Amino acid sequence: MEIFLQQILNGLVLGSVYALVALGYTMVYGIIGLINFAHGEVVMVGAMITISMLTMFSAMGIQLPGVVVLLMAMMISVPACMILAYFMEKVAYRPLRKAQKLAPLITAIGISIILQNLAMMIWGRGFKSFPSVIDVEPIDFMGATVTNLQIAIMIVAVLMMLGLWFLVERTKLGKAMRATAVNQEVAGLMGISINHIISMTFVIGAGLGAIAGVMRAANYGQADAYMGAILGLKAFSAAVLGGIGNIFGAMAGGILLGVIESLAAGYIGDLTGGFLGSHYQDIFAFIVLILVLVFRPSGLLGERVAERA
Amino acid sequence: MSNILEVKDLKVSYGAIQAIKGITFHIKQGEMVALIGANGAGKTTTLKTLAGMLKPVGGEIVYMGKPLSSIKNYDLVREGLALVPEGRGIFGRLTVTENLEMGAYSRTDSKANIQADIDRMFEIFPRLKERAFQLAGTMSGGEQQMLAISRALMSKPKLLLLDEPSMGLAPIIVQKIFETIREVAKDGVTLLLVEQNAKLALQTCQRAYVMDGGKITLEGDAKELLHDEAVQKAYLGE
Ligand SMILES: Nc1ncnc2c1ncn2[C@@H]1O[C@H](COP(=O)(O)OP(=O)(O)O)[C@@H](O)[C@H]1O
Ligand SMILES: [Mg+2]
Repeated sequence: MEIFLQQILNGLVLGSVYALVALGYTMVYGIIGLINFAHGEVVMVGAMITISMLTMFSAMGIQLPGVVVLLMAMMISVPACMILAYFMEKVAYRPLRKAQKLAPLITAIGISIILQNLAMMIWGRGFKSFPSVIDVEPIDFMGATVTNLQIAIMIVAVLMMLGLWFLVERTKLGKAMRATAVNQEVAGLMGISINHIISMTFVIGAGLGAIAGVMRAANYGQADAYMGAILGLKAFSAAVLGGIGNIFGAMAGGILLGVIESLAAGYIGDLTGGFLGSHYQDIFAFIVLILVLVFRPSGLLGERVAERA
Repeated sequence: MSNILEVKDLKVSYGAIQAIKGITFHIKQGEMVALIGANGAGKTTTLKTLAGMLKPVGGEIVYMGKPLSSIKNYDLVREGLALVPEGRGIFGRLTVTENLEMGAYSRTDSKANIQADIDRMFEIFPRLKERAFQLAGTMSGGEQQMLAISRALMSKPKLLLLDEPSMGLAPIIVQKIFETIREVAKDGVTLLLVEQNAKLALQTCQRAYVMDGGKITLEGDAKELLHDEAVQKAYLGE
């Protein structure tokens, strides 16, 4: 029972990160029908810049509370990722908007490889450890352990998702984003600048992704140039699980995938008589992805999205 | 009165297919003009070009004294040019109210003003009011057309382009919609009405152009065209 609760808690933390990253995939797909495979790399860049900033601040001898230092670093890294995504869309995807689906998809994969290699040139191939600006303290919760950092991750994730919900459902920009997702041509007739809406979608997705990247790196205590690849694929799986194109689907899919993965990792040893260990955890996201694609391609909350792909 | 719209030798192509083969027409301020013609004549293509959705390959469009090409697509509606597209084009996954709000997207006046206009639309079409928070995609065709017209009116247009507002609707709904269109014209909005229902269009408007195969073949006073033998044969089924 304690293992169960522990794995659920771990899963919620993991899932919070997946959900935030999945939102970036699903928002972009919802508007332009593109699977932006470079999104995972934006997440990685967010984590790496944050680490660099924290390292720099500590070298400068800045003496401030850890949370403040972290926020300062993120005030640089998150906007940097938003700018990166803005130019990525403008330079790489916009010229291909009317091209066949395959062209932007291949471009996305290309950008992802370029970003990964650039990151390796800047930060090296190895792990960068996340400076311990925050004192991580374990907290006992009904026999299971959760850290203050993990609680913060879940709270921030929930706040970001509520914020996004408000933006999409209640603001003029959000309504224009939804209108553009339904019908670009007619949205244009309303005086909505489609280019602006698409840029904003990339930028918002990148902002959420960068925050998720920091969460992931802080929770694991490290990051590297490859972290975006696997995290991106899993978050993409989460988006598909929830129904790609559907924002609430991405939130639900992310959390669910985190919990599934964590539970599976906790019990895989017992289930296979010790044959497979918890390091096989990564395969579950893809098992889920395959099952969804086979049995319910539109995902949990998706409707009629399959026709777009 | 001055011309709100002047079109000279307009040519529009879809790749190799030339859909509009050099048409010239004008609309005066405050007029109601009909554009009629058989399926495939090029009516929708003409309206889409006027609304900036298609780029002409030749000719000239002057809107309120300015070349249309000098106005950015998303600024057209700010300049008072609105289109009710063929097939309505409502935002199905947005509520009725949200659709109306999108119609007012380009407006910069206060929220209260916009809300007052939404209420005015609800007064014209009480059916929309009952469905204010319903997803627009779940409404009937007639209700969607009412919404499409209301949404266009929310932008406070000077020139309203309507593409087959009667298409696929029951006669009683068509009546209501045309009643509204006449009211809108009375309020000073200039109208270009595309219709396959030629009789209704000619009865509603003051002047008309007849299109065939991407060209304007006839033009003149709507009432005269209504009694023109060639028009009666070709478009009124008499
Ligand atoms: N997207 C398109 N691609 C190619 N040809 C088109 C397209 N849309 C319309 N056409 C052609 O252009 C001509 C005019 O069409 P349209 O303007 O829709 O006519 P109408 O509205 O009068 O029925 C038709 O021959 C039609 O087949
Ligand atoms: Mg048509």
